[in-house]
Amino acid sequence: MIAALLVSLIQVLIVLLGAPLLVGAMRQLRAVMEGRVGGGVLQPWRDLLKLLRKAPQRPEGTGAAFRLAPLLGVACCAVAAAAIPLISTRTGLDAAADLIAVVALLTLSTAALALAGLDTATAFGGMGASREMTITALAEPAILTAVFALAAKVGSTNLPAIVATTLGHGARLASPATLLAAVALGVVVLAETGRLPVDNPATHLELTMVHEAVVLEYSGPDLALIELGAAMRLTVLLGLWSSLFAPWGVATSAGPTRLLLALAVFAGKTLALGALIAAAEVFMAKLRLFRVPELLAGSFLLAVLAVTASFFLA
Amino acid sequence: MSADAQLLDLAAGAFLLAAVAILWRRDVRAQTAWLSLQGAALAAIAVILGADQAHPELYAVAAAVGLLRAVVLPALVRRAVTARAEDRESAPLINVGASLLAAVALVLLAYAVAQPLVRLEATTAARALPVGLAVVLIGLLILVTRRKALSQIVGFLLLDNGITAIAFLAAAGVPILVEFGVSFDLLLAVLVLRVLTARMRAVFGGSDLDEMRELHD
Repeated sequence: MIAALLVSLIQVLIVLLGAPLLVGAMRQLRAVMEGRVGGGVLQPWRDLLKLLRKAPQRPEGTGAAFRLAPLLGVACCAVAAAAIPLISTRTGLDAAADLIAVVALLTLSTAALALAGLDTATAFGGMGASREMTITALAEPAILTAVFALAAKVGSTNLPAIVATTLGHGARLASPATLLAAVALGVVVLAETGRLPVDNPATHLELTMVHEAVVLEYSGPDLALIELGAAMRLTVLLGLWSSLFAPWGVATSAGPTRLLLALAVFAGKTLALGALIAAAEVFMAKLRLFRVPELLAGSFLLAVLAVTASFFLA
Repeated sequence: MSADAQLLDLAAGAFLLAAVAILWRRDVRAQTAWLSLQGAALAAIAVILGADQAHPELYAVAAAVGLLRAVVLPALVRRAVTARAEDRESAPLINVGASLLAAVALVLLAYAVAQPLVRLEATTAARALPVGLAVVLIGLLILVTRRKALSQIVGFLLLDNGITAIAFLAAAGVPILVEFGVSFDLLLAVLVLRVLTARMRAVFGGSDLDEMRELHD
């Protein structure tokens, strides 16, 4: 039990410390590919430390929703990081590590941020919140249907159980149901983390912003928490995706050497996925907002196909 | 489950994925890239079935099918696409989101309809039969809901890929002579449609088939 709790603690710490590094590495790769010098891998950490030193400033008239959203965002991602079997299938939250619960946690942080955007009562905050909720509402059915396709084969929505079963039967990964679910969840991960083609994380044009419009009024330590939460969200979702569809290296026992190896493999997999996304973003333009529902409807269709394939083909 | 069965499932999955992607994308050039992938998946299905059922002549059919459907036909369609942006967009009659949701219903329908066939013979090939049927239905959907002539060619090719896949999966392919006959028909149909598209563009300046309401002599 102590070992399991320790695994969860390590997972939370690695996500907390590594998430800004992942974002830094992705930005640096984009910069190099676009012929810029770039700020270096450590730049997000430098930004965070700078923001944390500043005096807290909050807009007049904002209330609890605005104050709590940054904390809730980081906390939700931390709990999700403890629950998902990132480095070992024996996590401290064993029975509670439900796939649906993890999805609900991540949605909770989105909803909290949207409420904070409404709380500022600025035009951009409200617009961003409305867009963010539209995207979330469309992404949610796709996630849950894809989850259903994965859970149907294992007979449980428990994350460690799903990952352990996949590790036991490696060949199962090559089934059409898993492949379709992987594509469906991949699109949803891009939408939920606010990457291209759904949202541009580096935009400075308010009219096209989604996530950035919601957090426009934040500054100082609050902004630092928001940035940290967004980076952790990206890391957790990439980790979830790789645990579900490329679980090689996830430890099933609690030996220290296995855990160290699993830690290195997890860092490598997440960095590789992040590099893939960053490299693809160089060649991609943002989708028009009115075409985002098409993208997510496609993702939903793939998830439904995954469910039908897991019932009829296997 | 044997490795062969798993490979067949995988090829069938890629086959269906390509059909969905063609429905999803608006750009005809992107659609032709997916059409190539679908042709390759179809050839892979033929090769796997040939290895599984020890039918050496299926390899020859697979090579011919792969060459025609993964290389020649997509290249013909791609060459017909002009640089003009309005011709590249497929201009669907119902929006893409709705047609994707319609595709969900079509796939479920294909699975429901094919159940008696699957129960007839419980092999892996027969279990993958609904995939071919679903691709036929999706091809039909593209054929009736797209306005531009080129998009309709893509829908027609999708439909025919589906029919060929059903033939492979249900009966390990039709006799080689029939297969070649069908393939040449297909090639001719695409060539004729290409010429038609080029003529339409020369006469009307666009390739929207909805604008052709009446016949002139």
